[in-house]
Amino acid sequence: MHTIYNLVVGPLTWIAGAVFVFGSIYRLVSMYLSAKKKDPFLLEYMDFKYGLRSILHWIVPFVPVNSKRHPTVTVITFLFHLCLIFTPIFLLAHVVLLDTYHGLGFWTFPETWSDVMAAFVVGACLFFGIRRAVLKEVRYVTSAMDWVVLVMVFLPFLTGFLAYHQIGPYQVILIIHILSGQVMLAAIPFTRLSHMLFAAVTRAYIGSEFGAVRQARDW
Amino acid sequence: MSKEALAERNKHVVDPGLELGLSRLTPDKIEKAIQRVLRNETGARLKMYTEMCVRCGLCAEACHYYLSHDGDPAYAPVAKVKRTMWEMLKRKGRVGPEFLRQAALVAYTECNLCRRCAIYCPFGIDTAYIIQVVRRICHLLGVTPQYIQDTAHSHSATMNQMWVKDDEWIDSLMWQEEEARDEIPNLRIPLEKEGAEIMYSVIAPEPKFQTQLIYMAAVIMNETGMDWTMPATPGWDNSDMTMFTGDFEIMGRLKRLHFETAQRLRVKRIVMGECGHAYRSIYDVGNRWLGWRNLPVPVTHAVEFYWELLNSGRLKVARQFEEPVTLHDPCNIVRGRGLHEKARDVLRAFCKTFVEMEPNREHNYCCCAGGGVINCGPPYKMVRMAGNKVKADQMKATGVKVVIAPCHNCHSGLEDIIHHYELGMETKFFSQIIYECMEKPNAV
Repeated sequence: MHTIYNLVVGPLTWIAGAVFVFGSIYRLVSMYLSAKKKDPFLLEYMDFKYGLRSILHWIVPFVPVNSKRHPTVTVITFLFHLCLIFTPIFLLAHVVLLDTYHGLGFWTFPETWSDVMAAFVVGACLFFGIRRAVLKEVRYVTSAMDWVVLVMVFLPFLTGFLAYHQIGPYQVILIIHILSGQVMLAAIPFTRLSHMLFAAVTRAYIGSEFGAVRQARDW
Repeated sequence: MSKEALAERNKHVVDPGLELGLSRLTPDKIEKAIQRVLRNETGARLKMYTEMCVRCGLCAEACHYYLSHDGDPAYAPVAKVKRTMWEMLKRKGRVGPEFLRQAALVAYTECNLCRRCAIYCPFGIDTAYIIQVVRRICHLLGVTPQYIQDTAHSHSATMNQMWVKDDEWIDSLMWQEEEARDEIPNLRIPLEKEGAEIMYSVIAPEPKFQTQLIYMAAVIMNETGMDWTMPATPGWDNSDMTMFTGDFEIMGRLKRLHFETAQRLRVKRIVMGECGHAYRSIYDVGNRWLGWRNLPVPVTHAVEFYWELLNSGRLKVARQFEEPVTLHDPCNIVRGRGLHEKARDVLRAFCKTFVEMEPNREHNYCCCAGGGVINCGPPYKMVRMAGNKVKADQMKATGVKVVIAPCHNCHSGLEDIIHHYELGMETKFFSQIIYECMEKPNAV
């Protein structure tokens, strides 16, 4: 158990981290080069002011018309993403690890906060799963990959929550937690999760086209 | 019509343009064409759009087809992409003729490229762009609906959409000039006047069967003292069906000729009639194919032109249009050009009572005729009618009998809907209202 633990906390973490960081850089750079060669308008029409305008309008819940039309999805998705991103970064357990191994310590969330946030992510994943199964227009376009991606996000948070509360065989749950987190990280550049990298780009682009070329609003 | 019924009917729509094209195809040819388009003509945008879509389905309610078919999931924008591009990508182009028939039907007749979905998607994914790529593939494989392909042939052979011959064009203009001189004796339609300030361009259906629009435009120009001209040579047509079939090479030739005609006449700008897709072709699609970031000669849409004339005081209101009106915001000049407020300014100046449709402006529903769909002809009229019930409901809810639609295709589309759903309404162009209500200092 200890050897496995050392493996996942040591080399595997480095590998997953590297795949995430270098994979993301690779995707962004190759997308840029592809745009330069074959989709020149993407770069030509990209406009800082209008791109930012679009991003700012869509990053605030209930500003876009479609956001107003779907209040539940809007609230859950928005909070889900906030919790997803900030919990792992400011979680006490993670910062303790960083501090112990690399001397890098910083402010953390109070434990009750991270507990609620992690639980929220788990609940949100369940919501997304049910929504995907129940809503006709979502089910119609769903494939296996959509479920895989959902599980990839669900597992680290579920197992993290369970591990913290010491529910189940602790060391096994912990190792699954670390592994599933690493799988998720490594998968980001190469699956639908890449929307993390590209959403700002496509949002800014359509904002630029609508704002600068067409002089209309895209929200 | 239920999805099953439509699929059943689609299976048996006899469209020689599709059938003949499909009969010549093999999976090898199809694969080759798809690979060629994906490799040479697409890049980051298509990759990002198809990869990062998380299948959230939030685009569904943006689409009039989806809403009019009572939430039939097959009509959601993401579903249309699934039924076409995703499959092509998944199989790396190795798809059969039967799949291609369905893909062509989806791309050419079940999407108006209206881009309403692009403003509903959280990522701003441009479904219209993806569907355009599918159309491009179908065009290269020779699988296009017959009627719209005929207009593409016309563009190719005559540089205009309606097989108008060179002399017919001049005759039509001279005929309208003669008619107009009964009302306004000093009216001229100046042909080939070099150095004029404005070159006025129209879509080919105008000289063919809407000549009164040329008459009214000439009156507006004359009575506001504009220094204008029209070309007597091919290049007068600003319309562009090839943009919609995927025949980008001809599209490029058309736009180049149109601008070169304006440059030959050394005009300061082009003013174009109330058309939506022509504006899109000039301003947004054709220019890009030619590698122009902007336009070599500035182009002003009729709505903006009328607004300028009003603001400068050249165009004066003699009396107001009494009947209550509503405004249909055409996709290509509102989502496509932001002219919604100027249209409203012009409307309020000339019309006594204005009732807004809901939703409106950038969120207005498409008329279902645009994007080349009405140009695919009679076999698909019922597809349009079934696909735009929301429009009928939207218009009916205003309670008025006159709808102003500053776009030719919207006119035809809305007239079909009005007739089919028995709304008892009338469509009008701004030029008709302005002609009726403006001051005409030189009229007898």
